[in-house]
Amino acid sequence: MNLEFSEEQLLIRNQARNFLSQECSASVVRNVLDTDTPFDRALWQKIVDLGWTAMSIPETYGGLGLGYLELCVIAEELGRSLAPVPFSSSVYLATEAIKSWGTEPQKQHYLPKLATGELIGTLAINEGLGSPSIAARVFEGKLTADKIPVPDGDIADFTVLTACDEQDCVGLYVVDLDAGVQRETLTSMDPSRSQARLVFDNVPAQALGVAGETQLTELLDRVAVLLAFEQIGGCQAALDMGIAYTKERYAFGRPIASFQAIKHKFADMYVALELARANAYYGVCALSSDAPDLPLAAATARVSATDAYYFISKENIQVHGGMGFTWEFDCHLYYRRAQLLSGLIGTQPKWKENISQRLI
Amino acid sequence: MDFQDTSELAAFRSNVKIWLEANATRRTDKLHMGMEGDTAFQEAKDWYKKKADDGFACLTWAKEYGGAGLTSLHEVVWTQEVENYKTRDAHFVIGIGNCGPAVMHFASEEAKRKLLPRMASAEDVWCQLFSEPSAGSDVAGLRTRAEPDGDHWVLNGQKIWTSGAQYSDYGVVLTRTDPTISKYRGLTLFMIDMRQSGVEVRPIKQMDGGGHFNEVFFNNAIVPDTYRLGEVGGGWTGALTVLMSERLAISGVQPTGFPQFLDLVKSLELNGQLIANDPLVRDRLATWYSQYAGLQAVNKRMLTAVAKGGIAGAEASLGKLVGAVMNQEIANFACQIFGPAGIVQDTELSPERAHFQQQVLFSPGVRLAGGTDEVMRNILAEQVLGLPQEPRADKGIPFQDIPTGPA
Repeated sequence: MNLEFSEEQLLIRNQARNFLSQECSASVVRNVLDTDTPFDRALWQKIVDLGWTAMSIPETYGGLGLGYLELCVIAEELGRSLAPVPFSSSVYLATEAIKSWGTEPQKQHYLPKLATGELIGTLAINEGLGSPSIAARVFEGKLTADKIPVPDGDIADFTVLTACDEQDCVGLYVVDLDAGVQRETLTSMDPSRSQARLVFDNVPAQALGVAGETQLTELLDRVAVLLAFEQIGGCQAALDMGIAYTKERYAFGRPIASFQAIKHKFADMYVALELARANAYYGVCALSSDAPDLPLAAATARVSATDAYYFISKENIQVHGGMGFTWEFDCHLYYRRAQLLSGLIGTQPKWKENISQRLI
Repeated sequence: MDFQDTSELAAFRSNVKIWLEANATRRTDKLHMGMEGDTAFQEAKDWYKKKADDGFACLTWAKEYGGAGLTSLHEVVWTQEVENYKTRDAHFVIGIGNCGPAVMHFASEEAKRKLLPRMASAEDVWCQLFSEPSAGSDVAGLRTRAEPDGDHWVLNGQKIWTSGAQYSDYGVVLTRTDPTISKYRGLTLFMIDMRQSGVEVRPIKQMDGGGHFNEVFFNNAIVPDTYRLGEVGGGWTGALTVLMSERLAISGVQPTGFPQFLDLVKSLELNGQLIANDPLVRDRLATWYSQYAGLQAVNKRMLTAVAKGGIAGAEASLGKLVGAVMNQEIANFACQIFGPAGIVQDTELSPERAHFQQQVLFSPGVRLAGGTDEVMRNILAEQVLGLPQEPRADKGIPFQDIPTGPA
């Protein structure tokens, strides 16, 4: 048994870390946060140039043909740097769906362009508060739907989405987001990553192969593992930030990091992170070996990483004292991102229920 | 990354399975077995002797010291397989896990060849004598004196929280040999023969009614200088070796209470409904599972590091901290689910033979033994995360001048 990345994978991670520490400083994140810019185009282009969008696409479709292990070391670094780019939407969600269940013509049309960054894709599965039954309808190839929120829905070129057909069967569809679709950028808790409402009124939609609910569940399990790596990357950055600050901040004549009230908080943050990290490693090991316990491993990685990021990002604010509550300090960037990532593919109640169903 | 055993480990695993099937009883229920009476002790010794005779005891120790000369990974395979069987190792865990490494590291070659094989086969039982009434989390504050007298040492003082002292033939004892210098430098580590008139063992009755621990009194107990482990004044270094081994020994077997809770959730009906259908129960089950699975995966990562030649570090404190807290929370939650009858602790009337009520009362001890939750957090914060120590009132002054509370 081996639960560690290979030398080659660690090399990819280090290269990604170096690249992002140079190209994705906090000011890059803040530029997107503070303005109406939906994402950082320059950074996105550099990421495309590095081949990250092509990593998980087979070589026959213009990709690099690498696996999930390589993808998740990149995910961890994107999470650490809070990269304001549509990577999770285009790569984990859209590319993964097309690659797995698209028809041959769909793959030939979308995958090479996803690889080169010519197209940005996303996944639209939400229809408002809670988890309502799907109201989106496809009738004779035309879609009527109101999807909210859709990650990167305001900038994506196409989306994969859920809708019911004439027989009320849930299926996955591909829809190009051109003039016929109403798009509205939403205000969200993390403006460094864009969210939108998409309204479709008799818009042409193609079925994504024969994919339905089972395939959607499979897709979300895979994405849960990849997002867990983004989450633990963010956890580590927030923990490091808190430690660095409390070692230098003096009160009562000594660094506040020397007080047990602070140290014990950090110990608990470290514990949460290490449990989440170990679950994520187990999850990607199950994902890359297509193990039968992937659904349980994925839900566990997701629940653990979501809990850890919320806990660590909120306690990082706490150890910073009043400065942690200012716009100027970066604490809120992690806290916001923790909220965003916890919502992307379903919140804790859904994923905890997945665990319980598998155990009982 | 992969989940496979190497071919060598796979072969070893299959040997272990065959041996256990022939020599041990499968667990019918998964409930944790605590310390039991003298009959259980003799049975445990017999079983351990058999295990040693067949080459499955102390897998990582060299053969000349009674071990099997194998690796930590073999040990892990053994631990995983033996979980499915009723075994009685509890009396020997501290001796083999804590005292063993100290003897291995510091004793003379002659002493090692004489003592270690008998420890490995449980013919001799060992205990660890560190804690004292005035030295708990501050272990180095201990006061038991060892004074030189010719070719031996004379011990006077009191130890406390000594697991299994009543069964022990030998102990590893940390003593103060010089109170006039700073506290960490005035300590010396010894092996001691527990079967002598200067050693008196008195059981402690725990808050849960059990009697796992003892007080041990030394009244002019004699230790030959050949039983000294390490240099005079070098006892703290030796003690750290032992304490690190203890954390490792505990982290692998730390009960979390989760498997018992899962069994309960799957089986218990209340008011004609399986509790498995209760959303609150399902939520807690999932939360605890994510921690339980996390601990197992942390362990697997630690073993990956060990397999690649690394050593397990202070990270081992994590398993102890998480497991001990979870165990208490789970027991309390289960009793709340039972409703008013949850306060009844009766092996005939209470679910799972009153396991959860017992754990409510026993679990506070687990959060204290082998380093408290707070000590674990300090270790993680200072040794893993590199945070600064608290200012201390006992630094740079002779031990005898360190302030103490009322006697």
